[in-house]
Formats: sequence, C-alpha cells, structure tokens
Amino acid sequence: MDLDFSPGENAFREEVRQFVNDGLPPHIRHKVMNGIHLDRDDHVLWQRTLHQRGWGGVGWPREFGGPGWTPTELYIFEEECAKGGAPRLISFGLKMIAPVLMVFGSPEQQARYLPKIMSAEEWWCQGYSEPGAGSDLASLKTRAELVKSSAGDHYLVNGQKTWTTLGQYADWIFCLVRTDPEAKPQRGISFLLIDMKSPGVTVRPIITLDGAHEVNEVWLEDVRVPVANRIGEENQGWTYAKFLLGHERTNIAGIGIAKRELARLKRIAAAEGRLDEALFAARVAQLEIDLMALEITNLRVLSAEGAHQAPGPEASILKIKGTEIQQAIAELMMQAVGSAALPVGQTGVGPDYAANLGAGYCNLRKLSIFGGSNEIQKNIISQMIMGL
Amino acid sequence: MNFDFNEDQRALADTVRRFVAKDYGFERRRAIRDSASGWSRAVWQELAELGVLAVGVGEGHGGLGYGPLETGLVMNAFGAGLLLEPYLAAAVVAPALIRRATSADFQDQWLPRIATGDSIVVFAHQDGRGEAVRAIDGKLSGRKTVVTHADCADLLLVSARAADGGVRLFALAPAAPGVTLRGYPTLDGQRAADLLLDQATATEVGAGDTANNATQAIDAALDIGLAALCAEAIGIMEATVAATVDYLKTRRQFGQPIGRFQALQHRMADMLLHQEQSRSMSYLAAMQCTNPDQKLRQRTLSAAKVTIGQACRFIAQNAVQLHGGMGMTDELILSHWFKRLTAIEMSFGDTDFHLQRFAAQLSREAQAA
Repeated sequence: MDLDFSPGENAFREEVRQFVNDGLPPHIRHKVMNGIHLDRDDHVLWQRTLHQRGWGGVGWPREFGGPGWTPTELYIFEEECAKGGAPRLISFGLKMIAPVLMVFGSPEQQARYLPKIMSAEEWWCQGYSEPGAGSDLASLKTRAELVKSSAGDHYLVNGQKTWTTLGQYADWIFCLVRTDPEAKPQRGISFLLIDMKSPGVTVRPIITLDGAHEVNEVWLEDVRVPVANRIGEENQGWTYAKFLLGHERTNIAGIGIAKRELARLKRIAAAEGRLDEALFAARVAQLEIDLMALEITNLRVLSAEGAHQAPGPEASILKIKGTEIQQAIAELMMQAVGSAALPVGQTGVGPDYAANLGAGYCNLRKLSIFGGSNEIQKNIISQMIMGL
Repeated sequence: MNFDFNEDQRALADTVRRFVAKDYGFERRRAIRDSASGWSRAVWQELAELGVLAVGVGEGHGGLGYGPLETGLVMNAFGAGLLLEPYLAAAVVAPALIRRATSADFQDQWLPRIATGDSIVVFAHQDGRGEAVRAIDGKLSGRKTVVTHADCADLLLVSARAADGGVRLFALAPAAPGVTLRGYPTLDGQRAADLLLDQATATEVGAGDTANNATQAIDAALDIGLAALCAEAIGIMEATVAATVDYLKTRRQFGQPIGRFQALQHRMADMLLHQEQSRSMSYLAAMQCTNPDQKLRQRTLSAAKVTIGQACRFIAQNAVQLHGGMGMTDELILSHWFKRLTAIEMSFGDTDFHLQRFAAQLSREAQAA
C-alpha cells in the first residue's frame, strides 16, 4: 500500500497548477472563487484556453485528439482546475456525447462533431429527462417516427424534454426518443443528435429557486432529424444511454470543488469570528473530516479503475457523499454570515462575500437530485453491491 | 499509489483469519469469557506459535519488525472473532511504548519475552478522577482506572507525575507491596482493572529524551494503538454489515425477504457508506500513525477516530435494529459485535474528544491564515 502519487503524477500536478495559475483569465477566477454565476463566454473562453494548450479533449484518448491521460491524471487535472478557480467543465459535450461518439458513432459522426466539442465551437445539451420520465428514464415518451423520402430518410420527432441544463446556449442536443412504442420500455428507444436550430425546437427557461436561469424545457414539434444523425442502431439507444451515464460518473465526488469551497467556508467563518464558537468550529471540522475520508475513498475507486477493474457501483458512494458534503459546505457558509445572507441582490448591506451565499445554498440543492438522485444511488448500492 | 497489500501481508492476514475461523469460534470465546480470568493463556500461546505476537517487536529482539499496516491487518482479522486476549494492549501498545521510552537494557529484557508470549506487559495510563498517580521518592500513589487487561499483566508500565511536573514512566510488578488490582469485565466482554497504588515501589524506566518527560513517547505509542484499534473496528463493521445483509435476505415478512423493502435497503446503503469511509480513514491512520510530525499525525488520527467512531455507532445500532428482536439476544454474535463497537467508540478518546481536538487545530490554523 502506498498513498503517495508517483513523481510523474506530482510533476503533472505542478504543471496543471502552473497552467491554471497563468492561463485562467482573472475575471473568471474571481467569479468561481466567489460563487458568482458564469456566463456562456466564460465557459467558452476557458475551454478555448485549454484547447490551445492541447488539453481541449479532457478525458479523451489520443486517437481522438485528447491528451490521453490516465484516470489518476484526469483526477489530478480536475482537482487542480477546481482549486485554482477554473470553471467546472461543461460535461454534455466533453464527457457525455463525446465518449458515446467514440465508441458507437460512425467515423463520419466522429469527424463531424468531436473537433468542435474540443474547440468549443459547438455547445451540447442533454435531452434525457421528460416531465413524466425522471428517475424512471426508460418510460420516456418523446416519439420519433421514421419517414422514408426521396430527399433522404428522416425522423419526425415530437415530445418534450426538461431540466435541460444550459440548453439556452446549446447548438446541439442529444436525445433519447421512442422509435418503437410497442416494445418493452428499454427496447424501443433510439439515440438522436438534433440541431437546436431545427424548425420546431423551442427552448423555454425554467427559473430555479435561486432565481437563476440554468435549466430549460425543450419542446420538439415535428422536428425533422436526418437518419444520419442517429447513433448506432435503431431501438438500441438504451445501451448507448447507459454507457453515457457511466461516463457521467467520472469526477462525480467533486473533491477539488469541495476543497475549494471548504477553504472559502473557513475564510468566511474566520472573518465572521465563528471559529471561536466551539459548536460552529466542530461543524466545519466534521465536513473537513468527511472530505478527507471521501478523498481516500475516491482514490481507492480510481486505483481500482486504473488497474482496469470497472469503476462500477462504487461510484454511487462517491456521488452520495460528494454531493452531501458540497451541500453541507454551502449551507454552513450561509449560516456563517447569519441574516446577512438573506437580502437578495443587494450590496453594502453585509460584507461582499455574504451577498450570494443564500442563492448558492439554494442552487446546490440540485446536487442530490441530478445525475441519478441520491435515493437512486442508494438503490444501486443496496442492489448492485449488497445484492438485496 | 496503490491500495493493495503485498503477499507477506496477505499471508499474515490469512493466518489470523484462519485462526479465528477454526480455533476461536463463538462457543470457545463464550467459555473463555465466562471463565474466572476472562481470557486464556492457552490462546495466547497459540497466537505466539502463529508468530502474531512478534508483529510489533523489532527483528533485533526476536520480532518480525512489521509496521502499522501489518498490525492493522492482524487487528482487522481479529475483529470478527472478538478476541478477548490482550493483543492491542500487550502486543501493540506495550512494545511500541517500550521501544520509544525505555533503556536498551529494559528493551533487551522485555521485548523478546513479549514476542514469544512469555510475558504480558500492559501500560496503565488513565488516571482515576481526582486521584492522579504521583511519584514521590520512587514510590507511586494514586489510581489508574479502567486499564484494559491490567489484571492479566506480568508487568505494568505506569505513567506518573513527578514533583517537578514531568510525566515519568515506571515499571511495576503487580504483586509488589502497595499495589491493589481490582479486575472486572467490561461491556464488551473484555477485562479491565483499576490499579490502586499506595506508596508502591516501582522502577523508573524512562530513558534518553523521555527520562524526565515521557509525554511524547506515550502519545506516539498510543497513536499506534489508536490506528490498530481503527483497523479492528473495520473488521467488526465488515462482519456486522455482512451478517445484516444475510439476515435481510433470509428473514421473510409480508411474504418476501425484508431486504426487498426500500427503507431497509437504504439503511444498508448508509451502513456501507460508513464502512467504506471508515476503511479509507483506517488506511490513512495506519500510514500516518508513525509520522514524526505530531500535528499532522494527531490531525489525521483524530479525523480517523471521528469517522470510525461515528460509523461504530451507526452500524452497531442499525444492525441491531434491522435484526429486530433477534438483534437484542445474547445468543447471536451480533450483539457482541454491537458491544465491542460501542466500547471502541469510547476508547482512545471518543468522537467528541477527537472532533474537538481537530476543530481546535482547524480554528487556530484558519485564523492564522
């Protein structure tokens, strides 16, 4: 047993740290370090900065233009980016559709889509959830009918997707659609890539409890989608969908983000004099301890992954604990400033750092809901790991 | 980075696991627990023959010269068997303390005997309330309380405050004049004793840096003990969680195994989360418990004890709960795991102690930053 990173990994960490330090635009760092919302341009600029460095394909193998990092290097990269104040990578293109394209996409599809994900020329969003299909995703109803035509076969898509994160910026949406309504739920699903500019696509904002516009409804009315935009075989979409969900779970614990936010919590708590209170200090201590344990647990999962054992259902442990810790940090940060967290959109009422802590707390309630709710994760643990 | 154990380490763990499975069954343990002494010297000799008593003793003294990882593997493997014999006290803490605090002569005399199981040495440290042991002119007076396994020791090491305020280390024969040992069983079925000292004649054994103040050496030895205790806790948690999963698969109510009910499934998932977070911290504790940087070492060990202490409570309580009435019975080993997990949480500083120690250090550092 050896809990140290290798000299090569440590050198890589230093390289990433240096790059984030030098390459991350200061206005973006300021926003991230202080929990301020990022806009589209911030994300695009950071992705382009990475791309120029040759790191645009984060998590991708070399053959598709990625840096070909090991799981451990990817972990180090994400941790250093988070600690240095870089934006969270927009995963829909990089970490969701890209791996699907690499494994199940045609060479034409790979050549068409992958380079523009890496260079941030095209923004992707995810069309999985529907109003009636959340945790029970396979019950989705968005219908795609094959239409034969001399101008080229296409699907006619009708339905509604929801909780579409940052769909307002998206150029493309990858969608699960029902192509065979007679088959069992999982069997009649296909996986389509849909141009958001297609006639019949309407994006409507959903304002969340923090007042932000982060998620959307996407309405699809008689949207024509060329058959060439289908991934793999018709009615095999569930296989690709599950493959994608497996990739969504990399960096699921968010160790780097939690470390950065815990450091912010400690700064705020110290400034507010709250660390002199034994009870408050103990609550902060509990979170730091939980995070220490989760970091080792994450490294254990990673180490098994590196040895070519599947990450498997253990990732559910990381999702639950990681999101609980991030939520608890945001909650305690809000508590730390007391009533100064309550005024909305004001400056000069309390200290500057207090202004968005209420909204930040509200926003992070999403963590235990998305990406497979924490209750679904517990189902996975008890059924897949414990055999109940 | 890797989390694998090497071949020697796996063989050592297998040896102990086989011993527990074959030679330390629940019925034998029950008979030992109910015997007059509450432990078995025969078992101690069996452990000596297996070589496990030599794990914590250096090669120069006839030991195996292993470190905290190997000790942890042994303790982990003992976990499910709920060993009643004084392994932690006599084969982990005592040699660690002797190596750090005493003269070469004392080490030469006692360490080989510890490795062969010929002598049981126990460290008595916790003072009775308002009756701290003091050393005046080489005589010890006062009370040590709830000293685990003190009543089976051939030799006691006793910490005592000298007139100059320093903490010194003394060797004491249990039969010496002025020594009264009041032994009793503890909640977990193990033995402990109160040590009443009235002008007891003892030999000062601290040497070198520790002659006048043994505090650092004592802390270092107890930290090694704490890491070993953490490893034991993981072994018991594993057994407890596995037994509860089995029970949920076999116990039927409302026409189906109760493990089909989501409320119980989620409780089991929570138990597994506690177990895996604890396992992670147990590894970290083993890797850091000999770190000479005391601040870092204590920070890590406190974090480990908090994580593991909370898991001990959560897993123990919920395992009994999910077993229903059967969980309440003395007949099932489960209730004995429950009691040992309870005692572990309260040993070597409980969760509150370690959370406060960790928090105090965190506050100091955050405010200095």
